[in-house]
Order: sequence, then C-alpha cells, then structure tokens
Amino acid sequence: MSMIAASPQTLTIKGLSKRFQIDNDFVEVLNDIDLEVTPGEFVSIIGPSGCGKSTLLRMVAGLEQEYQGEIYLGDELIKGPRVNRGMVFQEARLYPWLTIENNVAFGLGHHHSAEEKKRIVAEHLELVGLSSFAKAYPHQLSGGMQQRVSIARALVNRPQVLLLDEPFGALDAMTRISMQQEIIRIWEAEKTTILLVTHDIDEAIFLGDRVVVMSKRPATAKAVIPIDLPRPRDRNSYEFVQVRKTIYSNFFSEVEVPFSYSI
Amino acid sequence: MKKIGSWLRENLLALVVPILLLSVWEAAGQLGWIRAALLPRPSAIAQVLVELIASGELFIHLGISILRVGQGFLIGAFLGVLVGVQIALVKKFRIALSLIFGVLRPIPVIAWIPVLILWMGIDEGSKITVIAIGSFWTVLVSVVQGIRSVDKKYLEVATILEKDQKTLLTKVVLPAALPAIFTGVRVGIDVAWRSVVAAELIAAASGIGYMIMYARELSQIDVVLVGVLSIGLTGVLIDQLLLLLEKRLLKWNVNLHES
Ligand SMILES: Nc1ncnc2c1ncn2[C@@H]1O[C@H](COP(=O)(O)OP(=O)(O)O)[C@@H](O)[C@H]1O
Ligand SMILES: [Mg+2]
Repeated sequence: MSMIAASPQTLTIKGLSKRFQIDNDFVEVLNDIDLEVTPGEFVSIIGPSGCGKSTLLRMVAGLEQEYQGEIYLGDELIKGPRVNRGMVFQEARLYPWLTIENNVAFGLGHHHSAEEKKRIVAEHLELVGLSSFAKAYPHQLSGGMQQRVSIARALVNRPQVLLLDEPFGALDAMTRISMQQEIIRIWEAEKTTILLVTHDIDEAIFLGDRVVVMSKRPATAKAVIPIDLPRPRDRNSYEFVQVRKTIYSNFFSEVEVPFSYSI
Repeated sequence: MKKIGSWLRENLLALVVPILLLSVWEAAGQLGWIRAALLPRPSAIAQVLVELIASGELFIHLGISILRVGQGFLIGAFLGVLVGVQIALVKKFRIALSLIFGVLRPIPVIAWIPVLILWMGIDEGSKITVIAIGSFWTVLVSVVQGIRSVDKKYLEVATILEKDQKTLLTKVVLPAALPAIFTGVRVGIDVAWRSVVAAELIAAASGIGYMIMYARELSQIDVVLVGVLSIGLTGVLIDQLLLLLEKRLLKWNVNLHES
C-alpha cells in the first residue's frame, strides 16, 4: 500500500557535530551528539534556546548537509531529504493558495492515482479531525487547526520518522494540551518514530518515552532520561512530579539558576 | 442597498468636490469669465461627448487604442514573465543580463517611439512594440522581485517532500509570487495605456491619441478635452477590472481582502 517498505528502522545519530560560519567566525552549535532511537519510540528533546535543537532536527531531515558525524535510518546513510522522514515546523507552513485538502495532497508524490490520492488525503484529514475543513483555505483555520493540517501533510507518505520542531510552541496553553493528546493518539495509530523538540518540560515528559536534555551551545546530549510512566499520563501524579524535578535539576545545573521555581 | 448607502456616506466628499468644481466652472463660463475657445463649459463638453458617442467616433478610436494595448501588453507581459523567471532563478543569466538591462530599463518608453517609427513605419507594428516594451519592463521587475522574495520556509517544505524543480516552480514559487506579479501587471497595463496614447499623439491614423491630435489641428478644443478625459476614465475602468480579476484569482490572499 505504501511505497516505502515499512519494516521499522532504527534512527542512529553518531558523533554529530555542526558549526555555522558567520562571516569569518565559526559558531559551534552541536558537539558530538550520539543518540539511538528505536523504531516507534517517542523521544523528546529539550534544551536552552539557541542551543541547536532545530539544527539537529534539520540535519535528520536532510536540510543541513555540512557536518561531522553520521546519521543513519536503518542502514541508509542520510544525505538529503527523503519522504521517509517527515517534518513539522513551529509555524504550520501551509501554502495559503491551496485548500486544506490540496495542502495535504501536496505531501504525496506523483505515483498515486487520483482516487488513491483522494482516499489518502481523506484518511489523513480524518486522522487529524479536520474532514469538514477539506475545502477551506489556511487563513480560515485557527493556529492549532493549521498545525494539525501540517501534521497530516507530513504523515501522508507514512514516514518512518516524524520530526516535530516545537510544533505547539505558538499555541495557547489549552490548545497545546489538547494537541499533545492528539499527537499521542496519532502516534499510537501510525506507530511512527517521533523526535519532538520542545521548550516545555511538562510537554517533554508527557509525550516522551525518553527525554534528551541538551546543554547550552555547543550542545551535547547532557542527559537522557527514560520516562517509565504508564500512558495516558497524569501530569499531577507523584511520579510525574518526581521526573519533572529530575529534569529541572538537570536542565538548570548549568544554565543560570532560575530566581525561583516552585513545583 | 445598505452597502451603497454606507459607501456613499464614507465617500461623499469624493462626489461633492467634483460637482462643486464643475458648477463653479459652468458658472464662470456662463458669466463669460472664461473664453469658450480655450475652455468650453462642462455642459458644452458633455454635449460634444454625447455627439461623439452617438456617431460612434469616440468608441471606435478608444476601441482601436485598447486593442493595441491588449496586443502589445500580451507580448510584453509574456516576455516579461519568461525572462523574469530565468533572471530570478538562474544566477548566470542574471549576471549576463545585468549590465544590458541596467542601461536599457531606465529609458522612457516614449524615447523609443522615433526609433521604432524609423524601423517599422507608423503602422500597427511600431505602436504595439512601444506598448510591449513598456509593459515588458514593469512585468519583468515585478516577476523578479516576486520570485526572489518568496519565503524560504515554503521552499523548505517542498524540499523535505522531495519535490522536483518543475513542481517547485509551478506549485510553490509562481503561486507565492503571484500577488507581486499581479501588482506588476496592473502597473504594466497602466504604462501600456500611457504609451499607446503617446505613440498615437506622435504618429497615427487612428486611435484616441490620433483623435485628439486631429481635433487640435481643427482647433476643436471641446473634442480635444473629451478625448483627454476619456483617456483618464478608461484607465480607471481597466484598473478596476483588473482589481476584480485579482480578487477572483487570488481568493486566498488575505492581505487583499483587508484593503
Ligand atoms: N543558517 C545559519 N547560519 C548561521 N547560524 C545559524 C544558522 N542556523 C542556526 N544558526 C545558529 O545556530 C544556533 C542554534 O540554532 P537553532 O538550532 O535554531 O537553536 P534552537 O535550539 O533554539 O532551535 C543559534 O545560535 C543560531 O544563531
Ligand atoms: Mg528552534
């Protein structure tokens, strides 16, 4: 049914370092990142702003190409973008000149018949709960709805890995929480590997099988914390709060200590 | 009905001021303060207008001019889009043409008219070419600017989805640049309309510009004035039609709806 043979693949990041050249200066962004993500795993990444989280996802997506180290999906060395890795950005990045269904259809390649295309698009609009907005234009949708369309567009090719770069960062708190539940539902339905960057520690814990805490620039993977909590998770449970404490102390051990944080 | 009412209330001044001016002008003419041989009264001009419309003369000349604009503009705009896309996307092309275009572009279209008359005579060819040149540059510039200011974020989405160059151009770059291109088209038609009149004033045997020049030779100031004013009115009409078309074609463009 799908064009990518869907045997689950491990995502392997090995000794990844990246620097940007700005005029004659080099800015070290990532420093020797190692990470192995098992098929179907949900990994959250948090870190101080500007530490290179987006850069890391862009490298996995194949948008950044000059770096040291290697990224593998299964046995395939990642050299550039491919539809087996989907990405959702902080802004929905929908094309304003296309209707919602055409935005989602844009994700698909050429090798589908018109009926097949229609069916796949309809399925994915259903998946994100926006079937009734198929004919609408992006500006007629709220921010959260636009982001769901963007997720549907990234999923139509049934990617092995879904990369989410602060996808709910621009949404209000209520919408964000419902989107978090939504993404869990989608993840459980699609069984894709997910790499999620967020600046919201609660979100990282609520969603992730593991939380990677990155240090400030040049960023290393400072700690990788497994979240062994049953789903659906309760943000107020004792265990959840314990994990949050651990991550707070990890997060702020190096970054400036916040004036106060009470949990 | 309600809409028209509120429009009227908001734009009342736009109507009141011209009516006031016309009345003062009419009164001044009646009282003999203005010599009719230089500036006839509005009522006299209106009478000539009605005569020219009734005889069909005005619309024949306007029609000929509009046809010329249509033909010249299509050629100029087509070439403008074609060359503009290349310039915007192919760096070598851009560099190769930068000096030539830098020198040619600032030349006012009217300056080409004598050259074209020598080359092509005073037939349709020279006029259509003048219009084509004028609209070529405006469309070219808007296409280049439109394409080069397409948000890189839109391009990244297509890159991630492994789209080929053709899809990228037709599905992403051109639609994104379309509002800017459309602005260029509107300015381009405006330029085309101005240049056709200029070309006809200099040398022609038909068209609204010719009608004005011919009436001047006969010292028919009223016909001259009718001609001049109809140029303005036609210009407004064309622009409004294009605006309507733009609203149709660019339904998705939120910025358009707000203005
Ligand atoms: N294309 C680029 N050229 C130069 N510097 C860049 C570029 N992209 C990102 N950077 C720099 O790399 C650092 C990490 O950026 P980013 O990955 O966006 O951080 P974040 O963790 O907030 O997502 C920042 O200091 C940023 O200024
Ligand atoms: Mg970022």
